[in-house]
Amino acid sequence: MSTVPSIREIPREPSFRAFLDAHLEQEMLRFTTAGSVDDGKSTLIGRLLHDTKSVYEDQLASIRASRVNRSGGAVDLSLLTDGLKAEREQGITIDVAYRYFSTAKRKFIIADTPGHEQYTRNMATGASTADVAIVLIDAKAFQRAGELLPQSRRHMYIASLLRIPHVVAAVNKMDLVDYSAEIFDGICAEFTALAKQLGLNSIEVIPVSALVGDNVVERSAAMPWYQGPTLLEYLETVPLTITEAATGPLRFPVQLVVRPNAEFRGFAGRVERGEVRPGMRVRALPSGRVTTVKKIVAYDGELQVASFPLSVTVELQDEIDLSRGEMLVAETQIAPQVSTAFRAMVVWMHEQPLVAGRTYLAKHTTRTVRATVRRICYRVDIQSTEHRESSQLQMNDIAEAEFDTSLPLFFDPYAENREMGALILIDPVTNATVGAAMILAATAPLDANSTHVKAAAFVWLRGLPGEAAVLREALREHGRAAVVVDDPLILEGSLAGAVRALQLADVTAISARAELSESTIAAVREAAGEAYFESYTEAAAWLNSSSMQEEKR
Amino acid sequence: MRGCYLVIESSPGESIAKLHQKRLNHLQALEAESIYILREAVAEFAHPVMLYSIGKDSSVMLRLAQKAFYPGKIPFPLLHIDTSYKFPEMISFRDTYAKEIGADLIVHRNETAIAEGASPWKLGTQNCCGALKTRALLDALEAGGFDAAFGGARRDEEKSRAKERVYSFRDAAGQWDPKNQRPELWSLYNSRLRKGESIRVFPLSNWTELDIWLYLYAEQIPIVPLYYAEERLAVIRGGAITLVHEGMRLLPDEKPEMMKVRMRSLGCVPCTGAIRSDAETLPAIIEELISFRRSEREGRAIDHDEEGSMELKKREGYF
Repeated sequence: MSTVPSIREIPREPSFRAFLDAHLEQEMLRFTTAGSVDDGKSTLIGRLLHDTKSVYEDQLASIRASRVNRSGGAVDLSLLTDGLKAEREQGITIDVAYRYFSTAKRKFIIADTPGHEQYTRNMATGASTADVAIVLIDAKAFQRAGELLPQSRRHMYIASLLRIPHVVAAVNKMDLVDYSAEIFDGICAEFTALAKQLGLNSIEVIPVSALVGDNVVERSAAMPWYQGPTLLEYLETVPLTITEAATGPLRFPVQLVVRPNAEFRGFAGRVERGEVRPGMRVRALPSGRVTTVKKIVAYDGELQVASFPLSVTVELQDEIDLSRGEMLVAETQIAPQVSTAFRAMVVWMHEQPLVAGRTYLAKHTTRTVRATVRRICYRVDIQSTEHRESSQLQMNDIAEAEFDTSLPLFFDPYAENREMGALILIDPVTNATVGAAMILAATAPLDANSTHVKAAAFVWLRGLPGEAAVLREALREHGRAAVVVDDPLILEGSLAGAVRALQLADVTAISARAELSESTIAAVREAAGEAYFESYTEAAAWLNSSSMQEEKR
Repeated sequence: MRGCYLVIESSPGESIAKLHQKRLNHLQALEAESIYILREAVAEFAHPVMLYSIGKDSSVMLRLAQKAFYPGKIPFPLLHIDTSYKFPEMISFRDTYAKEIGADLIVHRNETAIAEGASPWKLGTQNCCGALKTRALLDALEAGGFDAAFGGARRDEEKSRAKERVYSFRDAAGQWDPKNQRPELWSLYNSRLRKGESIRVFPLSNWTELDIWLYLYAEQIPIVPLYYAEERLAVIRGGAITLVHEGMRLLPDEKPEMMKVRMRSLGCVPCTGAIRSDAETLPAIIEELISFRRSEREGRAIDHDEEGSMELKKREGYF
């Protein structure tokens, strides 16, 4: 960079150097806030921003001067973020707003979701990337009602549905209930019980007053009975989720192929789960081909390991067929599910209802396929979380539904890993994003119940277990069930029977046994008929020709 | 950020405690997210382009693009909308730097308006920006057939941007309809378009101004020298410090003098004010940025703050 005059180096003071180093080591935490209009959510966010000195003086001056002050306090901090009313008048969509602040320990991204209209849709959006959900609970309202309000239950349900790793209840307006430990304890007990019921396993309950500033950033002197962290202390220390994602099996969806010249071919993508290292044996999905990671290439130099959420480029030892929408997984680790059918929880986000039988585009990792709604299993009543029957979904409805896709997806259940279990639904005509879905599990593909006849084959790949596994994956990719029948419990004498039984279930049997007797071969040939093969190539050719025939049908 | 990546060795029997040591700092997290966004857009759009304004945010975005497609070259052109009023230092930086990194640079000017003498004095700033920036941009995008344009805008820049999407949808006329934006969940971006429609992609959405400066420092990214304080010839005009440049007509009572100043953001010469500053290095600029907050916290009025907010306002109309 010699021709461009640029960096002038070295800070002047050692203390500033220390400040810089600390800032360069900050971690990042994303959180979302859930609360209804009267819970004091805007005031809480305003208080967090104000007390962490994240507000410019001109902003503060303008809210001090504002004639609007609904807070009862000296300054209405809710005005710092509350542009909503004005925006509504201007006709701007009420929507998720993102705000930023940082402390010496962490940089924070707040997904601020409005508390009323389109609540489910907006909270789901904000929750999808959040490490933490702050659920606001109004202590005064609890005192009046004697129990948690339905809206708090709703917020907790959505937090659990979107699998936000940590949920903290900010019990607000403690100043209005005389900082009563009894009321706080009552809320604590109900919140904890509900959290347990919903399967939330990392929770915290903190008594605060956003208006006065108790236990938000500054520790409150008014609640000596409370020994736990302030809200900010909690946010600064709660464990980050990226460490969890880094410990699972490798999932590396390919975003694009980087091919600057004939010598280099790299696969660019983000490590969505687990970690990848040079020398690792990896399997490409859907082809099933196995190879070794040669290098992890990056602008700053080669990496010895990369884990979620790093974006890297992987170079492989062998030239294998791999492109966008496909995936690398570790050969020896648990494979993702590969299926054209799954069940998922759906959040519907569009005015046009979701109707069973309709086909949408589903974008999952880097793969986009056509997905047809087979049926809606049930709709969730958001007030009671009870299940209801439903034939279509309106905007903001939540439901469990079954889908069939045109090509298989490679996924993990959303409960195991968010990135690997999430998908969005797109209307193929208007191109609008109409829904979000979280995969529960694979289901039996629709083909298994349909009437048209499928041939199932027997393939003997003598002494080649690796090839057998590859073939099995390739068949599955084409929507064909296949199993390797080399289980020690299937004795050679019963092999023909097993092959026949599998054939009746439309399942192709593959064997890599080193030896088969003449009589077994004869019996298996009889069972498999024309679809008896002794090489990968023959089997692949049969697969191609038979799937073409099916399409013609 | 060489050396900052996670290189702690782990073996199958490694303890969770050790895994927890593998921390990603926020700049690495932001970098990884931005690279992911850049790659998604390049993979899914037919004709992407990067809007290159020569400013600090553009410099960061450009480095991220280099990283995203390394060892390949940046797989899209850079588009600079030249109003003809840019600082000469910006133009020379642009040309030298684009050449050095081997980027394909398109420079577009609204020649008709320039020939007609469009200027902020004649048209007012709003209309001048409309002709020389917005119109020029829309024309350039149409001429290039670009269906996606990367922009360096950040959500922390102003209140109204806090709700902007990473993929901001524009109709066939290039218009932004706030009611017709697509929900964005996880990192699954919807890139589906009909003919004529386009998307502005903002890879720096989650970066703050401080993040930008920290990254410029950590990555040693070259920026236009106007960002650094230096003794420069300037006049006070309408309350703002305006740099004196060749061919500039001085008003009768204006006396140019040497002042130690720098630019907080870069735009057109007539409309971009400088600020008094001693910050000659990146760390000094970062220190200055933080002390603004500190002073403001203590309630002191900052004499040059008005110019900063003027800058922000000016940019509203553009992107």
